[in-house]
Amino acid sequence: MKRRAFLAACAAAPLAGCLGNAVAPLPPGDLGGSDAGLGHRLRAGDFPAPSETRSIPLLIVGAGIGGLSAGWKLQRAGFGDFKILELEQSPGGNARYGQNAVSAYPLGAHYLPLPTREARAVRELLADLGVLQGDPQAPRPTYDERYLCHVPQERLYQNGVWHEGLLPRAGLGTKERAQEQRFRAQMAEFRQARDSAGRRAFALPLALSSPDPRWRRLDRITMRDWLLAEGYDAPQLHWYVNYACRDDYGTDYSETSAWAGIHYYACRDGGAANAAEDSVLTAPEGNGWIVRALQQRLGQRIESGRVACRVQQRRDGVAVDVWQPVENRVVRWRAQQLIWAAPLFLLPRLTADLPPPLAAACASDHAPWLVANLTLHAPPGRGAGVPLAWDNVLYDSPGLGYVVATHQNIRVGPGPTVLTYYRPFSGEAPAAARQRLLAARREHWAGEVLADLGRAHRDLGHLVQRLDVFRHGHAMIRPVPGRLWGGARALLEQPWGRLRFAHADASGMSLFEEANYRGVRAAEQAMTALGMPHSSSLG
Amino acid sequence: MSEAGNTAAALKTAPDRAQFALLVSVFIVAACGLAYELVAGAMASYLLGDSVTQFSTVIGAYLFAMGIGSWLSRYLRGDLVARFVLIELAVGLLGGFSAAALFLAFAASAGPFRVLLYLAVLAVGILVGLEIPLVMRILRREVEFSELVARVLSFDYLGALAVSLLFPLVLAPHLGLVRTGLLFGLANGAVALWTLYLFRDGLASRVALRRFAYLVLLLLAAGMAGAGRLTTLAEGWIYADDIIHAEDTAYQRIVVTRWRDDIRLFLNQNLQFSSRDEYRYHEALVHPGLAGLPQARRVLILGGGDGMALREVLKYPNVAAVTLVDLDPAMTRLFSSAPLLRGLNGDAFHSPRLTLINGDAARWLEETSESFDFIVADFPDPSNHSIGKLYSTAFYRLVDKRLAPGGRLVVQATSPFYARRSFWCIDATLQAVGFQTAPYHALVPSFGEWGYVLASHRPYTMPTEYSVPLRFLTVESTPQLFSFPADMAATVEEPNRLNDQPLVRLFEVEWRHALR
Repeated sequence: MKRRAFLAACAAAPLAGCLGNAVAPLPPGDLGGSDAGLGHRLRAGDFPAPSETRSIPLLIVGAGIGGLSAGWKLQRAGFGDFKILELEQSPGGNARYGQNAVSAYPLGAHYLPLPTREARAVRELLADLGVLQGDPQAPRPTYDERYLCHVPQERLYQNGVWHEGLLPRAGLGTKERAQEQRFRAQMAEFRQARDSAGRRAFALPLALSSPDPRWRRLDRITMRDWLLAEGYDAPQLHWYVNYACRDDYGTDYSETSAWAGIHYYACRDGGAANAAEDSVLTAPEGNGWIVRALQQRLGQRIESGRVACRVQQRRDGVAVDVWQPVENRVVRWRAQQLIWAAPLFLLPRLTADLPPPLAAACASDHAPWLVANLTLHAPPGRGAGVPLAWDNVLYDSPGLGYVVATHQNIRVGPGPTVLTYYRPFSGEAPAAARQRLLAARREHWAGEVLADLGRAHRDLGHLVQRLDVFRHGHAMIRPVPGRLWGGARALLEQPWGRLRFAHADASGMSLFEEANYRGVRAAEQAMTALGMPHSSSLG
Repeated sequence: MSEAGNTAAALKTAPDRAQFALLVSVFIVAACGLAYELVAGAMASYLLGDSVTQFSTVIGAYLFAMGIGSWLSRYLRGDLVARFVLIELAVGLLGGFSAAALFLAFAASAGPFRVLLYLAVLAVGILVGLEIPLVMRILRREVEFSELVARVLSFDYLGALAVSLLFPLVLAPHLGLVRTGLLFGLANGAVALWTLYLFRDGLASRVALRRFAYLVLLLLAAGMAGAGRLTTLAEGWIYADDIIHAEDTAYQRIVVTRWRDDIRLFLNQNLQFSSRDEYRYHEALVHPGLAGLPQARRVLILGGGDGMALREVLKYPNVAAVTLVDLDPAMTRLFSSAPLLRGLNGDAFHSPRLTLINGDAARWLEETSESFDFIVADFPDPSNHSIGKLYSTAFYRLVDKRLAPGGRLVVQATSPFYARRSFWCIDATLQAVGFQTAPYHALVPSFGEWGYVLASHRPYTMPTEYSVPLRFLTVESTPQLFSFPADMAATVEEPNRLNDQPLVRLFEVEWRHALR
């Protein structure tokens, strides 16, 4: 399995070089995303002395989904005295999006599964944005049809043919079919499983899961080992499960905690009155539509291009030095409460005071990702099998396939479109892969993307007008065995002085629901600390 | 002259070479034989559908015919080589042209196609059945029987293998069926010529035979050269009538045909209207809704690029402005410029009351802020997920926003007879977004029973008079349109939502069933 993926990657690499240079000139495009220079500068700590001091009751660092959710909760509770500082030029973190003349498109996260019953704050947010209609906590709420993924939702390219759905169908014998059914039944059981206190075995947010060791010990082994121990050896099933781990965690299933691997299948009990269980919410800009809406509401409270470069805990508050690169000056913010919604691995670089166990819990173990947006003057040829879907996956590919940005439009004419291609560097050491990702030129990655997709779409080279590459150096925290329930993460559940951890890193899984939960919880706790009455969105 | 004597004399010069040459002929003859069988099977599948049935029956008939041929070979006497040459030429001619002839016959509806198909299969099969026994008889004096059978049959099967691989991989996709047939005809002709050359010393009638062979090759070569034109001609006949306009646009293939006074429009081979009865379709589409809205001033037509619905709408003097949104500019250009078609739509596209928009209906609806008293949704049937979006709850919500208070929407809703559940699914979809619906149907002979759904936020009342000139609708007959007999009566359906689109599934199943 792994060897095949490796071989496919090896085969794709030289091919990319040949095809890219010899057959058709590479389309133009931009290289965006992570700036390695800034990271190095933060590590060196070479910043000017603060030239101004500002006081504020509550400061949020990081405008990803965690920070934006915190801001949303504060605003909803009628609390207005806060700022959200974002290092990048635009908010959204992994849910950022781009836009060109053809369509808006994701630069990262592209969908939200129907929220689980425990994800109360996500449901409240969606109701607030008008996408969830009626009672947000209803077992099966109604969603705005325009945001439910339109049919056909997904297809898989295997043996030269596009098949419906993502589970490989080709070459499935009786034994493989039986394993698939057993796997589904076992995941359905996990989905129902509850402990004596009524807590679900696998809840999302995961903090609401049962502490029963029956299930938590699954965090000690890898998903691959769990499959083998349970007698699952069908290569198609292994591919399918590995695909899920790579897709949700950027991590190969041979490195993913079995608890996390099972969680992917077992936590989703969302459902909708007007959609199938496995439906998802999406828009041309992926999850960017939520970022766009929250950005509009929070307006001036978000300040972009603000680099937190030093954090000090003091008796009277917490001081955050913030470098403003454009003016090259540092502003010192004095806050009563600090919500840390930026990646946790930055924190040990910004403060010397962090206790060593906490610094260790914050250490980086992140999968890098590449996201490529291909602007096409016409949709790709349909090829053999079922027609173009929203999510189009290639079997045995180093990438995860692509989604179609214009899928949610009500259009009949086959006009131009944007395809968003994803590649996690799972199965490689993250640091080495990150270095490779950040070092190589756009042309290199463009060639690899075209070579991979070119296997299924021979006409692609003639259709692509632009190919923009976006790099996420630290896209997703990797839920390796021990990360979730090994103990270290528990330290992040408590505040460190006046600082509360509100990034999905604190959950050990880079999921929208986790970031939202952490952000909303931190906002509520901070309001309590500030003596601000509010009702809880977390139930 | 006895047959043995003739053969012996002919082979005296170079027996080995001649023998090898004859075996190569067996290879080619076998290849040709299988090729005709495959061409006939593929042609039948292509034209009649149901490939399993077509291939099984064609192959069965063909093998049976070969049996007849083998049995008949016993009656062949005299100069066997000359007979073999004649048979080769006959197979070449008949087999070579069979695909072309069948295609033309199907297109021209000349006689019952299946009868012609099996007659051709039988004739070619009988001739091919004669070949191998004849070759064996020609060779039998030279070679020991067991050796002979082994060699001839192995070359026979080798030829079959070669063609069975070449046909699907190279010939059918690159040459097409008509040219493939002709190519193998040429191969049979070449074998005939070669045989004449090999046995040049012992043949009495070789000059006449050679002339005949050249003639056959010439005919086949001419057929090869004209195959493209022949296919076009046959396609023209499939449309039955004269094609007066054919155009590939960015969105579809538009074909307009004419036979006497009947003008027909086909989009992607699907009949859109026949000028003989389109008034029934378009009167039923527009008037039951619009006649009862004497205050209607603004009308929107979505689709309807042929201008026929527009013609009906423009009959109302109270309608001050009509906006027509059609995806394909080529379509509206054609129907606003060609004199014959302008005659059909009453030159509706040149009305000063019209605003013409070429674009995607949903995009236009999302961007406009106008509202309308009457909206016509005249889209192609929901045969795929992309067109199905135009029959979804989300789309009807978009339309609803553009509907003035008391306004009405009418939707062409496929056939409630052939696609009963699809029709009622469209009705359920309109109801799901909060419309009160009034489904109805009309008989359009070239389509069959056709369905429409009127949707509004007020209860529907039938018009008490039709103030404009009509050929089909009367006030007295209108109630019948709204009454559904048992075989078209309402079924309970899920609405067509974008994230599921049950309509497209229903439509596909029902029409596949209807066309069987």
